[in-house]
Amino acid sequence: MNEGLSILAIIVGIAHSGIRLATPYLYAAIGETFAQRSGVLNLGVEGIMLMGAFGGFYVTFVTGNVILGLLAAALVGAIMGLIMAFISVTLNAEQGISGIGLYLLGLGASSLLFKTLLGTVEGVDGFSELKFCLASVGIASNFCLSDIPVFGEIFLSHSVIVYGAFALVPVAWWVLNKTTWGLSIRAVGQNPQAADSLGVSVARVRYMTVTFGGLLAGIAGASLSISLLNIFQEGMTNGQGFIAVALVYFGSWTPVGVLLGALLFSLVNALQLWVQVLGLNIPSDVAVMMPYLLTILALAFPFKRALQPAALTKPFERGEN
Amino acid sequence: MKPSLFKRVQLERIIDALLPLIAVIGALLVGAVVLVLLDTDPVEAYTAMFSGAFANKNGLADTMVKAIPLLLVGLGIVIAFRASVINIGAEGQLIVGALITTYLAVALGDSWPNYLVISLCLVAGTLMGALWASIPGYLKAYLNVNEILSTIMMNQIAIQIGFFLLRGPMIDPKEVEAGTNIPHSARLPRPTDLPRFTDVAGWFGFTDSAKDLNLTGFWGELYGLLVEPTRLHTGLFIAILMAILVYVFLWRTTIGYRIRAVGLNPAAARYAGIQVRRTVILSMGLSGAFAGLAGAVEILGLHHRMFEPLSVSAGYGFSGIVVALFGKLHPIGAIPASILFGGLLVGGDKMQRAVQVPQVFVTALLGLIVLFVVSSEIWSRRRAKRRVAAPTTAEENE
Repeated sequence: MNEGLSILAIIVGIAHSGIRLATPYLYAAIGETFAQRSGVLNLGVEGIMLMGAFGGFYVTFVTGNVILGLLAAALVGAIMGLIMAFISVTLNAEQGISGIGLYLLGLGASSLLFKTLLGTVEGVDGFSELKFCLASVGIASNFCLSDIPVFGEIFLSHSVIVYGAFALVPVAWWVLNKTTWGLSIRAVGQNPQAADSLGVSVARVRYMTVTFGGLLAGIAGASLSISLLNIFQEGMTNGQGFIAVALVYFGSWTPVGVLLGALLFSLVNALQLWVQVLGLNIPSDVAVMMPYLLTILALAFPFKRALQPAALTKPFERGEN
Repeated sequence: MKPSLFKRVQLERIIDALLPLIAVIGALLVGAVVLVLLDTDPVEAYTAMFSGAFANKNGLADTMVKAIPLLLVGLGIVIAFRASVINIGAEGQLIVGALITTYLAVALGDSWPNYLVISLCLVAGTLMGALWASIPGYLKAYLNVNEILSTIMMNQIAIQIGFFLLRGPMIDPKEVEAGTNIPHSARLPRPTDLPRFTDVAGWFGFTDSAKDLNLTGFWGELYGLLVEPTRLHTGLFIAILMAILVYVFLWRTTIGYRIRAVGLNPAAARYAGIQVRRTVILSMGLSGAFAGLAGAVEILGLHHRMFEPLSVSAGYGFSGIVVALFGKLHPIGAIPASILFGGLLVGGDKMQRAVQVPQVFVTALLGLIVLFVVSSEIWSRRRAKRRVAAPTTAEENE
C-alpha cells in the first residue's frame, strides 16, 4: 500500500472522483427515465453516447469552442433518439432488438468517423473545472472556494457539466411529477389506451421523450469526451450506456432513485480506480468486475417491480385491446 | 388471367420471405451513401468486399471459418428468441466456453487420447455456456430481472474473469519466463486441433493441388477450398449438424413445441399447462450452450490458444443476432445467413485494404441491417392482422 497518502486524502479523492464519474450515468439515465416512463425502452443509449462523445469531441477539436461541441453532441444525440423513436413508435418494432441495432450503428459509425476524420487519439481543452475564486466576483483575495478543506475539495471543484448533471435531477423530478407534461408522459407509459382516449397523442409524447432521452445521452457521451477525459477513443463509453439503462430499473423509474444508483455506481467505480492507484492486493480484473456484478444484484431486488411503467416495451396501436 | 385472392396471398408470402434480403439491400444502400460521403466509389468498395469474401478459395475459406461461430451463436439466439427471451449474452457465454476448453485441453491434451480430449472439451464448453446463460435465465424466470440487461452485465463479468485467469492461473508459462506477461494461454497440445479440411482430404488420398490437376476458375477454387491447406476446419460440420438438430428439436419434439408456445403467448402456454418459468430457463440455457460450443470450436479449430476475451468472442454475440434475424429465426435459414455475414466480416477487411474504408464500416452496416430487419416486421404483422380479419385466406404457417 502507498504510504504517502493520508486516509483523509484518499476519502476525499474517492468522493471527488465519485461525483465526477456519476456525470455520464446521470445524463444518460435521466434521459432514459423519460423514455421508459412513456413506455419506450431505448437500449441504444450506449451507441448514442458514443456518437455524442465523438460529435462533441470533433466539433470542439475543429472549432476550439467547447460550447459548440456540447451543442453538436446534443444535436447528434437527438437525431439518434429520433431514429429510435421512428423505429419503435411509428414502425412499432421490437424495442430490445432495435436498441441493439442502434448500439451497433453508433459503435460502428463513431469508430468509422474517428478513423476517417481524426485517425489518432488527440486531446482537446474541454470544460475546465470551476474553482469559485473570490477574485472572479471582484473581491480582492486569491482565495478560492475549491480550496476549502474536504468540502471544497469534494464538491466545489468540478466543471459546469458535472453540476449540470446533478441539477438535472430536481428538474426532471419536477417535470415528471408537477407538470401537465409529466402527467401525459406517465399516463402514456402506464395506460396508453386511456391516455389516447383522453386526447393525449401517445406517438407525440413518445417521440418527445425518446428524442429528449437521446439528446441527454449525446450530452452524456460528450461529458466523457470534452469534460471528464478530454479525449476520444473508439468504444470509450465501455458499457456505461447499458449500465445507465439498468440504473433506470435500479432507481425504480424516478430521478431521485436514478441519482442514488448513479452515485452508488460511480463510488464503486472510484473505489475500484483507487484500489489500482494504491496498489492494493486485489486483482484489478475483480475490481473492474464489481460494478457489473452490482448491477445484476441490484436488478434482482424484488421490491421495485410494481413500479415499472405498465406499458414499458409495449408498442401502442389504436384499436388493440 | 384475372388477379385472384390466391395470387395476392402468394405474392405477399414471397415478399415476406424476402424481407430480410430487402432489409440488407436497404442497409447496403445507406452504406453506399456513407461511402460516397467518404469520397469512396461504393461500387468499387462493395466489389472489393464481396469478391474478397467469395471469389477465391482463401476468401471463401475465411468466410466459412467466420460462418462457423456465427452459425452456432445464431442457433442459440434462434432458440432464445423463439421463446421470446432476448439473449445478448452470447459474447460472455462464448468466452466461458472457450476458457474451460482451453483449460481442459492444456491440462489433458498430452496425456489423454485426442478424440477423448476433443469430445470432452466440446461437451464442457457447451455445458459451461449453458450454465453461464441459465443464471440470467433463472433471474428472469423467478425474479423478473430484465434478461437483456443481465446478459450484457454477464458479458462484462466473463471478460474480466477471462483476463483474471489469463493473467494468473492460465497464463502461458513461456510468457512468465520471458517476463512479457502478455495475458494469453499456452498453445493447446497439437493432437487436440480439430482436423482441417486439408487433413480430411489427405485421409481420403486427395493430396494434389489444383495446379497439379490443371483445375482453374470456379472448379479450381472449389477444389482448392476443399483440399489445399486453408484455415477451414471441420467445426463447419459440427455447426451444420447442430443446425439440423435445432430444427428437429424445435419442430419435432415436445420441448421444442413448448419453447415456441411460450414465445408466442406465455399466458396461453401457462393455461395449457406448460411450465413457463422452467421453459424460459431452459431456452436461455440452450441458447448459451450453443454459444459455449462456439467458444470451444473456435479454440480447438482456429485459435488453438486463449487470448484477449473480446478478440476471441469478436462481436459474434451481436453479429449472431443479425444472423438469427436474417434467417427469420429458422435454424436452416441461419446457415446461408451465417455464410453471408461471415463474408461481410471478411469482406470488410478486404475492403479496408482495397479502398481504405475502415473495417468498422461493417459494424455500422450490421447495426443498420438489424434496424431495417426489425422495422420491416411491421409488414408481416399487418399481413397477419389482415389474415385474422379475413379467415378465408388463413393458411398454415409453421
